[in-house]
Amino acid sequence: MYRTHILVCGGTGCHSNNSGKIREAFEEQIKAKGLDKDVCVVGTGCFGLCAVGPIIIIYPEGAFYSCVTVDDVPEIIEEHIVKGRLVERLLYHEKALGNKAVHSLAETNFYKKQTRVALHNCGVINPERIDEYIARDGYQALIKCLTEYEPQQIIDIISASGLRGRGGAGFPTGRKWQFAKNQVNDTKYVCCNADEGDPGAFMDRSVLEGDPHAVLEAMTIAGYAIGSHQGYIYVRAEYPIAVERLKIAIAQSREYGLLGDDILGTGFSFDIELKLGSGAFVCGEETALMTSIEGHRGEPRPRPPFPAVKGLFGKPTILNNVETYANITQIILNGAEWFASMGTEKSKGTKIFALGGKITNTGLVEIPMGTTLREIIEDIGGGCPNGKKFKAAQTGGPSGGCIPAEHLDIPIDYDNLISIGSMMGSGGMIVMDEDNCMVDIAKFFLEFTVDESCGKCTPCRIGNRRLLEYLEKITTGKATMQDLDDMEQLCYYIKNNSLCGLGQTAPNPVLSTLRYFRDEYEAHIKERRCPAHVCKQLIQYKITDACKGCSACSRKCPVGAISGEIKKKFEIDQNKCIKCGQCIATCRFGAIIKE
Amino acid sequence: MKKSIADIMAIRQSMQSEIILRDNVDAEKEIHIIVGMGTCGIEAGAREVFNAMVDYIEEHDLKGIRVTRTGCMGDCADEPMIEVHVPGKEHEVYKKVTAKKAVEIIKKLAK
Repeated sequence: MYRTHILVCGGTGCHSNNSGKIREAFEEQIKAKGLDKDVCVVGTGCFGLCAVGPIIIIYPEGAFYSCVTVDDVPEIIEEHIVKGRLVERLLYHEKALGNKAVHSLAETNFYKKQTRVALHNCGVINPERIDEYIARDGYQALIKCLTEYEPQQIIDIISASGLRGRGGAGFPTGRKWQFAKNQVNDTKYVCCNADEGDPGAFMDRSVLEGDPHAVLEAMTIAGYAIGSHQGYIYVRAEYPIAVERLKIAIAQSREYGLLGDDILGTGFSFDIELKLGSGAFVCGEETALMTSIEGHRGEPRPRPPFPAVKGLFGKPTILNNVETYANITQIILNGAEWFASMGTEKSKGTKIFALGGKITNTGLVEIPMGTTLREIIEDIGGGCPNGKKFKAAQTGGPSGGCIPAEHLDIPIDYDNLISIGSMMGSGGMIVMDEDNCMVDIAKFFLEFTVDESCGKCTPCRIGNRRLLEYLEKITTGKATMQDLDDMEQLCYYIKNNSLCGLGQTAPNPVLSTLRYFRDEYEAHIKERRCPAHVCKQLIQYKITDACKGCSACSRKCPVGAISGEIKKKFEIDQNKCIKCGQCIATCRFGAIIKE
Repeated sequence: MKKSIADIMAIRQSMQSEIILRDNVDAEKEIHIIVGMGTCGIEAGAREVFNAMVDYIEEHDLKGIRVTRTGCMGDCADEPMIEVHVPGKEHEVYKKVTAKKAVEIIKKLAK
C-alpha cells in the first residue's frame, strides 16, 4: 500500500520539457532512500496547464508543483516526502491572487471553472496501466451495455443525451449511429478520427495520451450498437507518445479479453487496429481518411453516398472524433439526462479547448457549453500576457474564423459560433492581442491550406493559391480596393464549388477577418500602413530623439544600415534596413520605434 | 489471461483503494488528519502512527478521511502529534500519540 503518489505529467508538452528524466530521477532517488515501498511514482497524461510544465502533483496533499527541473528532485524528496513540508518556491503562483502560492491543483482559477468529463482521467491515472483505468470505473460502461442493453437502447441513450460530433461539424452522434445501424450488411466498421490537424489543437492527442482505454471502450460500445466487429483508429504518426500508449492499451485490452473474440464471455466480438497517417491535413476529412485507410492516396470523394451507407471498403461505417468517443462511456454510466443537463439548448455537455497564442495559461481546458469566451480567456486563461489588449480569438483553425472583442460575452456553442462567422472546429483557440495583424493572420492560415490542399478539385487547388496572392499583394502594399472586392468574390466562389470541407472552409479566416477588421485591410491598401506593425514591407524603423548616440544598435545591425556620430542622434538608412528588429532589442533607451 | 466480468469487478474493487488517494475533489467536506513528521516527530514514532492510520482506513474501507503529513508542529517534546480537522468544528490536537491511540481516534471519527 503506497502512502504517497507522485504524479509526473507525461503529456507531450511536459515530456518535451524533460519530464521523463524527472520521473526517472524520482524513481531512482526514492529507491536509494528506501522509500519505494511507501511512495509510488506515476507517469500520467496531460494535466492541462501546459504553460507551467513540467507539472508534478503529490498526493495525498494534492500539492501542485510547476516548472520542475531534474535538479529540484532531491529537494522535493527531502522536504516534501521525508519531512512533509511543501516546497513553497516550486508551488504554482496564481497571478490573479497577487502571485500567491496555491497549494493544490483544485484551488487554481484554471481548474475551478472547468468541468472535466472527457478529460476526467487525464492527469489522474497512469495511462499505461489498465488496472488504474478499471479502478476509475473503466470498462463498466461496456459491461453495462453488453449485459443490460439492446443495441437500439444504446443509440437511444446517445441520441437523448444530445451529444454532437466534437470534430467540428457538430453532427448528432446518435443519429449517425442510427444510420449505420439501419443498414443491413454483414460487415460494418467503426472508425476513430485521431488525425488532429488544425494548427493549435491538441485535445485529441491529450485524450489519447492520458486515457487511451476510454476511446477503445467507446469504440467497442459503438461496434455493439451498430453491429460491427472491426474498428480502426486513424492516428497521426506525428503523435509518437499517443501511438505508443494506444499500442500498449490495445495489447492490454486483448490480454484481458476486452477486445477480440467473445468479449468477457458475452459472445460479442470486436477488435481494433491502428492506422498511422502521415500528416496530410486533408486526411482529417472523413472520406479522405477512409480512402487513406484503404491504402490509397488520401483524397476526398463526393458525398453522398455517406459513410454510414457506403464508407470504408464500401461498407457502412461510422467515423467519430476522439473527444466524441471520450464522452460516450460517461454518458452510459451517468445517463443521458445528466449529460443533457450541461450546456445550452442545442449543444449539450462540455467541450475541450486548446488555448494557445497570446494567453498566459497556455493549455487544455474543458468547460460546459454555454460558457462565455470572456470566462475562458480572462478567468481560466489568465488574459493576454504583459498587459496587452485582447484583439480576437481564432477558433476552428484554418476552417474557422476569428471572434473579436465585441463578442467576448457570447455563450459558446455550435450555433452561436456559426452565427458570428466562426465555428467550433475541433477546439483550437488561438488568442491574438493588439500586436497581431489580422491580415497577416489570415495569410498564415491560407498558407497552411494552400500547402495542404490535395489538388483534386480546381476551386481549392487554384482558387486558394490566387487568394493567397491577393493577401500577399495587400501585405506588401501593392493592392487596390478593386483587389479587395475581387478577393471577397473569390472567397465565395471557392466555398461554393470545392469538393470537400477543406476547400469549402478555407476562405473562412479571410472572410471573418474582413467582416470584423475591414479597417485593417483598408489601412494596408489605402494608407500603405500596417496598424499592428507586423507586415514588414509596410513598416519603417525610426530612431527618436531619445537616442543617446551610444552606437549599440549600429554595431548590432547585420546590414550596417545604422550610422551616426557618437553622442548624437543616429539614423537608419531605409534602403539598407531589412527590418529584422535587432536594433529595437538592443536599444536600452527605447529610442527606436516601428511606424 | 482473459478475464470474466467478475474478474474485472474484482480488479476494480482492489485497485480503487490504491488510487483513492488521488481524489481530493471534495477536500472541504473531508475529515483531515495531519501528522507532524519533522525530524522530531519521525524520531518519536510518527511514521508508525501515520502508517497505522492509513492501514486502518484502507482495511475498513473508510471514506472521507484523509491523512497527510506536515513538518514539525513546534512542540517537539510532545511528539508524535496529530491535528484533526472535522469540517464545521474547531480542530483538535493530540499529543504523544501511539499507533494504538491513533487507531482509536480514527474509530471515534468514523462513527
